[in-house]
Amino acid sequence: MPHKTFLAFIWPSLFAMILFIAIPIVSVGFQSLYVEHEQIMIEAENCGPFGCNSEVRVDREAMEQLREEQPAGRFHGLGTYTNPSHLAIDDIREIVATSENFGEIRNRIMNLPFYKALIFTLAYTFIVTPLVIVLGFIIAVVVNSIPNVLKGPVIFFSLLPMIVTPLVGSLVLFWMINSRGILGAALQSIFGDPTLSLTASPALTWVTLFVYGVWHSAPFAFVVFYAGLQTVPRDTLESAMVDGANRLERIRFVVIPYLLPLATFIGLMQLMDNFRIFEPIIGFSAAASATSLSYLIYNDLRLSDTPLFGSAAATSMLTIVGVLILLTPVLRRNWREFNRKPS
Amino acid sequence: MSNPATKKPMPLVALSIAFIVIWLMIAAFPFLWTMWGSFKVEGDFFSRADWMNAITGPATQLQTGGRFTLEGYYGAWVEQAFWRNALNTLIVVVFTVLISLTLGTLGGYALARSGFKYTFWILMAALVFRAMPHVTLVSGYLLPFFELNIWGHLTTTIVVLVAINQPFTLWMLHSFFLSIPKDLDEAAMVDGCTRFQAFRLAVIPVMWPGVITTGLFSFLLAYNDFTVTAMLLSEENTTMVPQIDSFLGSTQEKGKVMYAVAAVVSAILPLFLLILFFQRQIVSGLTAGAVKG
Repeated sequence: MPHKTFLAFIWPSLFAMILFIAIPIVSVGFQSLYVEHEQIMIEAENCGPFGCNSEVRVDREAMEQLREEQPAGRFHGLGTYTNPSHLAIDDIREIVATSENFGEIRNRIMNLPFYKALIFTLAYTFIVTPLVIVLGFIIAVVVNSIPNVLKGPVIFFSLLPMIVTPLVGSLVLFWMINSRGILGAALQSIFGDPTLSLTASPALTWVTLFVYGVWHSAPFAFVVFYAGLQTVPRDTLESAMVDGANRLERIRFVVIPYLLPLATFIGLMQLMDNFRIFEPIIGFSAAASATSLSYLIYNDLRLSDTPLFGSAAATSMLTIVGVLILLTPVLRRNWREFNRKPS
Repeated sequence: MSNPATKKPMPLVALSIAFIVIWLMIAAFPFLWTMWGSFKVEGDFFSRADWMNAITGPATQLQTGGRFTLEGYYGAWVEQAFWRNALNTLIVVVFTVLISLTLGTLGGYALARSGFKYTFWILMAALVFRAMPHVTLVSGYLLPFFELNIWGHLTTTIVVLVAINQPFTLWMLHSFFLSIPKDLDEAAMVDGCTRFQAFRLAVIPVMWPGVITTGLFSFLLAYNDFTVTAMLLSEENTTMVPQIDSFLGSTQEKGKVMYAVAAVVSAILPLFLLILFFQRQIVSGLTAGAVKG
């Protein structure tokens, strides 16, 4: 296909992506170097019946004008990146210098908002992803072995947790594990502790979110593995049987190696999706004990009185760096394959 | 299938059935439970006394005189005008899917048919773009949108959702187009079609399954979106999912929780129907990317 035809076909799509994905990333990078204007104070004399007193207040008009002239705020360089609510370099240095042992360093770093979110995001990504792959594989193997009439309905219900809006799905679970919901009440009576609440302690909240993550994504892994299982070569399975391999050995030595590329694919998709975990934190009202990088950005933009564009942009840039680091192995593999391909 | 070698021992059969039953409970029970509970009053669904109340419903009986009540739905849809949000969702989703598919089929076709090196770079860029958390992009939009005074409108949100959808749509349609032999459009061009005519008259008719499958996923992305719609739409233009979130803000008041429950069930219902009718396409779409690796 000549370049001109190619361009004629692809330009609308390319234009949309450049305008709304590439340029915003640049704009975020730009915004992260600025912070909000300082309040302009004016001194005003207030004269009343008991004499005059001067008071200092914000000069609204001047602020409006300043915002009009420089909407992005004032230049701050990399200051936002190093401040206590982001990389907190000074705080880290101080913590390392003054702490007694590793445990204390860890605990104090966990109190810094950025690191707290980063650690939760990474923990979520790297705990949920393998569990999803394992659970999805088990479900696929079992569903593959049940009678054909049952397969349709089973797949139907299995798809539900994945298809449903993440916020809605997490709310549905949240209402059940709520101390007045059915699961919450059941747990209370099992452990004989009427004050038990899954949302009260940070550790339990983390576990709840992990469970939600596995519940939400296992169907995806299941469907992909299930489709893969249909294509496992029968001959190989039968010759393994002739060689005396039992069920478990057939799965171990034939099915799993055959499905390994699919596991890589699921792992990659899951890494990307789990790294941006956000809605469940809102659904489970978990922000007090677990925040993610995406949640920090949302919080800066939405929940504070005036949007903190600079702070949100700095967190965004750091998140983008994280995504790129996660993606490097994939990009390198694709690059190698692409070079090998004769074209 | 009476091959004795593939016959399973009884314990294994029992074990797999037990496993499936447990998995189905985990996957589906929360939804069925919430649907059931949405027809009760708050005192029953969130019962302090006994969880059995949610099934038998004494408070519902007491407060409304019937075993089931539509109070939650009435409150959400009529009092809080949830229908307006449903309408907004409908507008956003329909336009997002249509525009995404139009741009995506054109672009995906070009990527699948061009043998030049830059297609690889475009696909890799699309992969990186797909991995970007949406909230980071939104933080880039807000300030320019405020400045240009286009924040809060449905149109802006549709355009943004289309753009965010593009990387995924391109990848998926590209892999569908690869599975259609080149000979087809080349034959059409030998017969005197231009490239675009070959695309429209020869390729698209056999592409419908792929287009429908991709459309389903664009639908899900637009319908399930919370980040973009919550941050880019003004109060009166908001769609269903952000509206549910704002119901939660007012849940301290008694009875309002049930509005959120009813709204949640209303939002799940279309998805339920979607799986019911398009199960096969969803399954094939999920695996389409996987087979190509």
